[in-house]
Amino acid sequence: MIQYLQNNVAVIQAALSQHVFLALVPVLIGIVVSLPVGYLAVRFGFLYHPLLNLSGILYAVPSIALIVLVPTIVGIRILSPLNIIIALTVYTVALLVRVVADGLKSVDPLVTEAASAMGYRRLRRLVSVELPIALPVMLAGLRVATVANVSLVSVGALIGVGGLGALFTRGQQLDYAPPIVVGIVLSVLLAAVCDGIIVLVQRRVTPWTRAAERIAA
Amino acid sequence: MSDGLLGYLLDPANWQGGGVRASIPALVLTHLWYTVQALVVAAVIALPLGLFIGHTGKGSFIAINAANAGRSLPTLGLIILLVVVMGLGFGPVLIALVVLAIPPILTTTYAGIRAVDPAAVDAARGMGMRPLQVLFKVEVPIALPLISSGLRNALLQVVATSTVAAYVGIGGLGRLLIDGLSLNDYGRVVAGAVVVAGLAIVLDLLAAGTQRIVVSPGLTGRIPARRLRRTAPAPADVAASTPSTAPASPSGRDRASS
Repeated sequence: MIQYLQNNVAVIQAALSQHVFLALVPVLIGIVVSLPVGYLAVRFGFLYHPLLNLSGILYAVPSIALIVLVPTIVGIRILSPLNIIIALTVYTVALLVRVVADGLKSVDPLVTEAASAMGYRRLRRLVSVELPIALPVMLAGLRVATVANVSLVSVGALIGVGGLGALFTRGQQLDYAPPIVVGIVLSVLLAAVCDGIIVLVQRRVTPWTRAAERIAA
Repeated sequence: MSDGLLGYLLDPANWQGGGVRASIPALVLTHLWYTVQALVVAAVIALPLGLFIGHTGKGSFIAINAANAGRSLPTLGLIILLVVVMGLGFGPVLIALVVLAIPPILTTTYAGIRAVDPAAVDAARGMGMRPLQVLFKVEVPIALPLISSGLRNALLQVVATSTVAAYVGIGGLGRLLIDGLSLNDYGRVVAGAVVVAGLAIVLDLLAAGTQRIVVSPGLTGRIPARRLRRTAPAPADVAASTPSTAPASPSGRDRASS
């Protein structure tokens, strides 16, 4: 195992950095897309059920099916890294739209009415009152989406672009366990690190949730 | 989409048995058979464990962290590792499928039981129910929305993962995808992807329908107003029981991976 690590540092590093890129770009795009879509679902009530049902259906599609269907729908090469990014973005959006909508819905109407009474217009009320209150729910959803993305990237190895997944297929071809173990450990660690970063951000941006815990305790 | 890409899917020959290749219906059946086996084994392990941890509160850190740990495990890596260590065959794949299906069931079962209003449990005890009666007549029915959402997540997980597992040689719809990729036959890849996506969506909708049927109408609030008045004279009771279903929404649809 140690010997494998020593001999393949460069390969492992390349796989890891591709993995980070393929996992996190969809998360960023997913945030940017799902915030307005989730808001629309709440703002216009008739959109809520159609949008959430659609995201539920997209979410049910197995990742490998989505990864290979994307190129035929979008019209790019089947072995392009873009497929992974688009497929994972679809998952992230499908998950986060529901989370954003549920988060915004959970805001107490009394609070928004109070904000309106204080003279907040719709946009400012959304940014400085509703979004902060919905943040804990939304960040919890973001943690789920990020961790799932990190572990899903390796499925891309089946079309030749899978970050750490390449170590799995190599191990299979060589009938040799060390690259597979290294890949699994790094993937799980990466997921844990990303999860930890979001938790730290959450503690930083929503200090009031901890204050509530202290009072309860 | 061009005709060529849909050619394999629409070719009637691929839907009939008797040829050299397995027909699409046969692959669907194999896929379903894998799914049922993995889901049953996972449920037999995870449901009692989740009920025990939720009911007694012992070992709750396992149940809380199971979902996160399960979600971060790369499915393809786990399958390939088990096959490299144990050899080819359905055995190692079944173990991987079960390992991935346990966390969603375990965590939601635990969370569902924990979220039951203690007042309902106290009332059941006060009525003279034994511990097992409290568990199966009060806690489980109230926790059912969450438990069944966990089973749904596990179902999706298993359908998706057994597709990926075709890479290590098992049958099912993944065969079309994996063989198509190695033969550069994209028509076959598209056929596999469309059928497996359709299968997953249909199974998820069926599971959602079952969920609606088995969950007590007292929890979902689907009782018609007139019957409600006759069967439940105290509206306060109904109001008190609804918040316990609320936790179903946040963790309801957090499928792990694949």
